[in-house]
Amino acid sequence: MDPAEHLFRQEAGRLVAILTRLFGVHNLALAEDVVQDAFCRALESWKFHGLPKNPSAWLMTTAKNRALEILRREGTARKFAPELGRLLESEWTLAPAVEEHFEPAAIQDGQLRMMFSCIHPGIPEETQLALILHLLCGFSVEETAAAFLKKAAAMEKRIGRAKKTLAGSRRLFDLAGAGDVAERLPAVLRALYLLFNEGYHGASAESPVRGELCAEARRLVSLLVDNPQTTTPAAHALTALLCFLAARLPGRLDAAGNLTLLVDQDRSSWDRALIAEGRRQLGLSAAGSEVTAYHLEAAIADLHARAARPEDTDWSDIIALYDMLMKIQPSPVVALNRAVALAQRDGPGRGLEAIALITDRERLARYPFYFAAMGEFELRLARRDEAREHFQAALTLARNPVERRFLEGRVRECGDVSPGR
Amino acid sequence: MSEFVFLYRGETDIKKLSPQEAQQSMQQWMAWFKELEKKGKLKSIGQPLERAGKVVGGKAKPVTDGPYAETKDIIGGYSLIEARNLDEAAELAAGCPGIQRGGLVEVRPVMPLNM
Repeated sequence: MDPAEHLFRQEAGRLVAILTRLFGVHNLALAEDVVQDAFCRALESWKFHGLPKNPSAWLMTTAKNRALEILRREGTARKFAPELGRLLESEWTLAPAVEEHFEPAAIQDGQLRMMFSCIHPGIPEETQLALILHLLCGFSVEETAAAFLKKAAAMEKRIGRAKKTLAGSRRLFDLAGAGDVAERLPAVLRALYLLFNEGYHGASAESPVRGELCAEARRLVSLLVDNPQTTTPAAHALTALLCFLAARLPGRLDAAGNLTLLVDQDRSSWDRALIAEGRRQLGLSAAGSEVTAYHLEAAIADLHARAARPEDTDWSDIIALYDMLMKIQPSPVVALNRAVALAQRDGPGRGLEAIALITDRERLARYPFYFAAMGEFELRLARRDEAREHFQAALTLARNPVERRFLEGRVRECGDVSPGR
Repeated sequence: MSEFVFLYRGETDIKKLSPQEAQQSMQQWMAWFKELEKKGKLKSIGQPLERAGKVVGGKAKPVTDGPYAETKDIIGGYSLIEARNLDEAAELAAGCPGIQRGGLVEVRPVMPLNM
């Protein structure tokens, strides 16, 4: 029997969260050591004895026993989590208190506390994402660096600094304070959205690890919607959005590993079960009066999923949703996407006009798909030289081999340079 | 057929493995044992050994706490192998996944009763 592909990784995230709650956030390094120890024991024992019936339970028991041992031995000498306080003084109270932390509900709670703690205002946003991947998803520093296409040494420094900040906070984030949760939740949602995007837009045959980012982001979002203290319409909307986008993942790359535009994708490869779950979550997101960007993006993704063929797409509704999105969260990227939808409905000329009207267009200067969109419109207008120039500009901004190959293909599509140019 | 003991020594890198790497390493070991079994070479898979223990004997300190020697010399476990001769046993040992992670396999023929 093979364990699930990422069993160790996921268990590592859960165990670090539980143990950090038990030991106190200032003992984060100790929690990580105990987890590392549990994995070494599992590795040595299982390779001889085979997998236990319940590998997760085995790992958890091993970590729990080690934690108890440490708490008994150092309970007076070392400071542990403040909420453990007097419980540590007696074996009568210690064992049940530790046991409680390993209950299923407490495990979920522990992971959420860790997640909210990683979104620390003193830690830069990009590092918050790395920290979530490292601590909650069990990625090593090297694997985290690879996921963000960064150098391992630089990532090591960033994560090291962030851990210091985290360990310096008085305690883990407390979910009991409803006001605090509401205040930090938007940043948590945003981090998970970005984590997913990082995987979605980087997903490539060359770096399969990035597709895992999408799966991890979805797993963490589901923790939010499953917990009564953190579930909100916005969390449901984000869940819906990630379901719709994940459903399209199999179609994003063709058999040769090449990037495929939404309108060219093989729609039969889209995951129907995920689309159905997305609709269910979108329904749940309508509970309040609040409409977030996630609601609108999810609704747009839903409209794409509803069209059996690209020409069946309801572009007018999509444009209307982009208009609303521009009202609540204006950005040049949203405006660009709106222009693309407009071009689909009213033709490439209208698309180019809409792009020319984007107010802070200069912020798109490093975004390859800004130039690629203009290239597509020019190409559809049969202005091959203009199109080629745009695609070439896009090509110099390509962020990974998949984007590069795609844009090289578009440059070729424009044919040779016309005589006289 | 002769019997051999495989002693698995010092897979020192194991502490530094990420969870994913640890899982991969475990799966490689399991696949290796399975392969040996399929070939009819695995007399007994043996046991893993705890790293800590005691060393008994010696003049100055008759009992000391392990680990005894360099980490790389610590025996992490053993198996009992059947092979035609030492060369074949060594060949089988060469496939051990621990070797890729800084470990080594000591191959020792079991001394037969009838010389």
